[in-house]
Amino acid sequence: MTDSIVLKLNGLSKRFGSVVANDDVSLTLNRGEVLALLGENGAGKTTLMNMLFGHYLPDAGTIEVADETGVLQPLPLGQPQVALGAGVGMVHQHFTLAENISALDNITLGSEPLFALRRNRREARKKIEAIIAQSGLNAPLDTPVGRLSVGERQRVEILKALYRRARILVLDEPTAVLTPQEADTLFENIRMMTNEGLSVIFISHKLREVLAFSDRIAVLRHGHLVGEMATSEADETSIARMMVGAETPELASTRIAPGSPVLTLSGVSVSGRSKRDTLSAVDLTVHAHEILGIAGVSGNGQSGLANVISGLAQAEQGLIRVNEVEIDAPTPAAMVRAGVGRIPEDRHHEGIVGAMSVAENMVIEYLDDPGVQSRGLLRHEAIQSNAERLAKAYDVRGPGVDAPARLLSGGNIQKLILARVFDRAPRLILANQPTRGLDMGAAAEVGRRLLEARERGAGVVLISEDLDEILGLADRIVVIRDGELHEAPGRDREQIGLMMAGEPA
Amino acid sequence: MMDILNILLSESFWAASLRIATPLIFGVLGALICERAGVLNLGIEGIFVVGAMCGWMAVWLGAGLWGGVLVAALAGAFFGLLHAILTVPLGLSQHVSGLGITLFATSVSYFTYRTALPNVSSPPRIEPFQPLDLPILSDLPFLGSVLFQQTALTWLALLLVAVVWYVMNRTALGVAIKAVGDNPDSVDAQGLSVYALRMGAITVGSALMALGGAFLTMSAFDAFFFGMVNGRGWVCIALVIFASWRPGKALLGALLFGAFDALQVRLQTEIGALVPGQVFLMAPYILSIIALVIAARSADYPRALLTPWFKGQR
Repeated sequence: MTDSIVLKLNGLSKRFGSVVANDDVSLTLNRGEVLALLGENGAGKTTLMNMLFGHYLPDAGTIEVADETGVLQPLPLGQPQVALGAGVGMVHQHFTLAENISALDNITLGSEPLFALRRNRREARKKIEAIIAQSGLNAPLDTPVGRLSVGERQRVEILKALYRRARILVLDEPTAVLTPQEADTLFENIRMMTNEGLSVIFISHKLREVLAFSDRIAVLRHGHLVGEMATSEADETSIARMMVGAETPELASTRIAPGSPVLTLSGVSVSGRSKRDTLSAVDLTVHAHEILGIAGVSGNGQSGLANVISGLAQAEQGLIRVNEVEIDAPTPAAMVRAGVGRIPEDRHHEGIVGAMSVAENMVIEYLDDPGVQSRGLLRHEAIQSNAERLAKAYDVRGPGVDAPARLLSGGNIQKLILARVFDRAPRLILANQPTRGLDMGAAAEVGRRLLEARERGAGVVLISEDLDEILGLADRIVVIRDGELHEAPGRDREQIGLMMAGEPA
Repeated sequence: MMDILNILLSESFWAASLRIATPLIFGVLGALICERAGVLNLGIEGIFVVGAMCGWMAVWLGAGLWGGVLVAALAGAFFGLLHAILTVPLGLSQHVSGLGITLFATSVSYFTYRTALPNVSSPPRIEPFQPLDLPILSDLPFLGSVLFQQTALTWLALLLVAVVWYVMNRTALGVAIKAVGDNPDSVDAQGLSVYALRMGAITVGSALMALGGAFLTMSAFDAFFFGMVNGRGWVCIALVIFASWRPGKALLGALLFGAFDALQVRLQTEIGALVPGQVFLMAPYILSIIALVIAARSADYPRALLTPWFKGQR
C-alpha cells in the first residue's frame, strides 16, 4: 500500500438557489484508504459526492483523479460517463438495480455493445467470479435481483462498480439497510478490497462503524468541511461535537415503574401481501410509562405490526386491546378515538396531505372534534390559532401555517406530525421509524418528546431499524423477524443483532 | 355440439384463425416492446389506421407491396416518435398522449385519404399480397392449407415473434430495455441513456403496430375503409397483459383471440337464426376480458410502467 493520492477535490462549491450545499470543500483520498465522510442530514455529503460522480455541476472548484499510472488528471465536471470511465464508482443509498433481470445482467448492463447479436456471457461471468474471489462479495448471479436479499443486492451494487474497474468507490450510507452482522461482513469485504488497492469513501452518520472501520474521518457541517482527522486520533464525543457544532444533548432516561397495560395484542395474525406486512400469532403488551423498542431488519413484519396498531390492517386472528378495552373493528378512526397517536413511517405520504395547509394537517385526524368543526363546518379561526400555538410549541418552521405542508422540509414535517400527535396526549404512541432521514438535532427532539410522553404515562411502541436509537430510548426491546416477535433478554447489541439475523441467541 | 367440433376440425377455421391473428401479433409485439421499456402506447389504435392507410396508398400510388410495407412502418415510427417525445423527455401523461395520438393519427389518415380521393363511390383496390404457394409444403394435408397458404405478412409476423423473443432474452439491448422498464435509474447509473432506450423502443414498437394496420389493407383486404381497424389496437393492449409481456405468450394470445373470432363467424352461420348476431360479435371481446381477468391478477407489470423519469432527479 502506498500513500499516493488518488483523488483531490479542490475548493468545490455548490448552491441551490439561496441554499449553500457545499462551500469551498477540499479533500484528498489516498490509495487503499477508507475515508469516512460524516455529517448530519443536509450537511452536504451527498451533494459533494454527486459532484464527484458528475451528477451535479459544481459552481466552483475542480476535481483531480489519478489515472491508471497514478498520475493525477483533471476530471471533466458534470459528466457521469466520464467519471465512470475515470474509475469512480458510486453505490447509492437507494439501489439502482433492475429487479426483473439477473445480477449478472445488472452488472454487465451498459458495458457491452447494445447492438451485438450475441452476448459474451461466459467471459463476463469469468470476470465477475474473479472479482468475487478477490473481494469476497458473494451473490447469486443468475437469480432475478428482485428475489435477492438486501445484503445480496448491495453486494451486486458494489460488484457493478468493481466490474467497471472502479479504483475509487463511494458508498452512500451502506449499512442503513443491513443487520449488524451483514454490516461487519461488508466492512471485511471493504478491507479485502482496499488491500488490493481500492480507495473507499463511505458516507455515514453512525459513529460506531466510522470509528471501527475507517482510516480517516472528514466531517461536514452546513456545507463546510469542519474537521479532518485520522481515525486513531478520534473519539465519539469529539466527532459528534464537530457534526452538530455543540455537545449532543444527553437523553435523560430515568427508570419509571411501568403502569397498567395500554396495548395488548394476543395471538394477532395478519397475512399481508408480502413478508413486510405479515404477522404470525403475535403477543405483545405495552404498559404505561414504557417505551417498547421493536428492533429488526427492514421488511420483517414491521409494516404489518404498524398497520395493525394504527388500524390500517385487520387482524385475521387474535385480540387487540387498547387501555384494556377490546377493539372489535379496528379502523384507523376507531384507533385514534381509542387514544392511539400515530407517527407513520412514510411521513410524506402517510403523515400529511401535501397539498393541504400546515394548519389543516394539524387537525386532520380529529375532524369530528367540536373544537375543529361545528355542524359540519370547519372553524377556521380555531384551526388557525391551534396551528399557530402548535407551530410555536413544537418549533415547526417554514413558510407559515397557511402554506401547503409539502413545502416544509422533512424535519419540519415530522415536527408537524409530532405536534398533531403529542398535543392530544394519547395513551399509546406508535412511532414507526420516527427519526429516519432526520438530522441529529431533529432526531434528538423526537427522542425527547417520546421520553416526555413516557413520563406523562403514555406507552410507546418504537419501531426502528436503527439499533442505536432503540438502545438509547427503549425500556424493553423486542426483536421482529419473519413476522414473529421475540423478547430480547437484555440490551446486548451483539445478541440482538444475532436475533435480528435469525440466529439462535 | 357436433357443429362446433366440425368447425374446430376444419382447415379453413384454423387458417382463418391465423389470418385474423396476424395483425394482432404485430400489434401485441409492438405494445410489448413499448411497455417493456416502461411506456404505455395507447396510440396503437391510430397507428393501426395510419399503417393501413399509408401502406395501401403507397401501393396505390405505384410503389411495390414491400415498398408499401416500408412506408407503413415509417409512418408508424413517425407517430411513435411523436408519442415518445411527449411522454419520455417531456414526461406527459402516457394515457393522455396516447389517446391524443390515436385521435390525431386516425383523423390525419382519413383526411389524407379524402383529400387524395375526394369523390369515389367505391374504394379503389390494389393487388394485395397473395398466399405464398410453397411447392410440396402447401400440398400437405391440413397443415398445408393452414400454414402454407398464408401471405408473406403472416410469415413476417411469425418471424418477428422469434426475433423479438431473441432480442429480449438473448441480447444486451433486450436486457437494457427490460431494465429501463423496471428501474430507469439502473440504466442511468450504468451510463446508458434512459431517453434513447425508451424513445427507440416506442418508435420501433410503433412501426410494428403500423405493420398490423398494413396487413389489413394489403393482405386481408385490398382497399382502405373508414373504421376498418375497429378496435384491434385496443385488443392488443389487453393481450399484452394476458401475455405477461412475453413474445411467446403474445403469439398464443393473438391466436386464441383469432380462434374465438373465427369461431363466432362460423357459429353465426350455423345457429345465427336462434341467437342475435350481435352476441357473436361480442363473444371474442367478452372471452378476452375473462381471460384477462384471470391472467391480469397475477400479472407482473414492468415496475416503471407509466412513470416518467427525469435526468438528475432521484
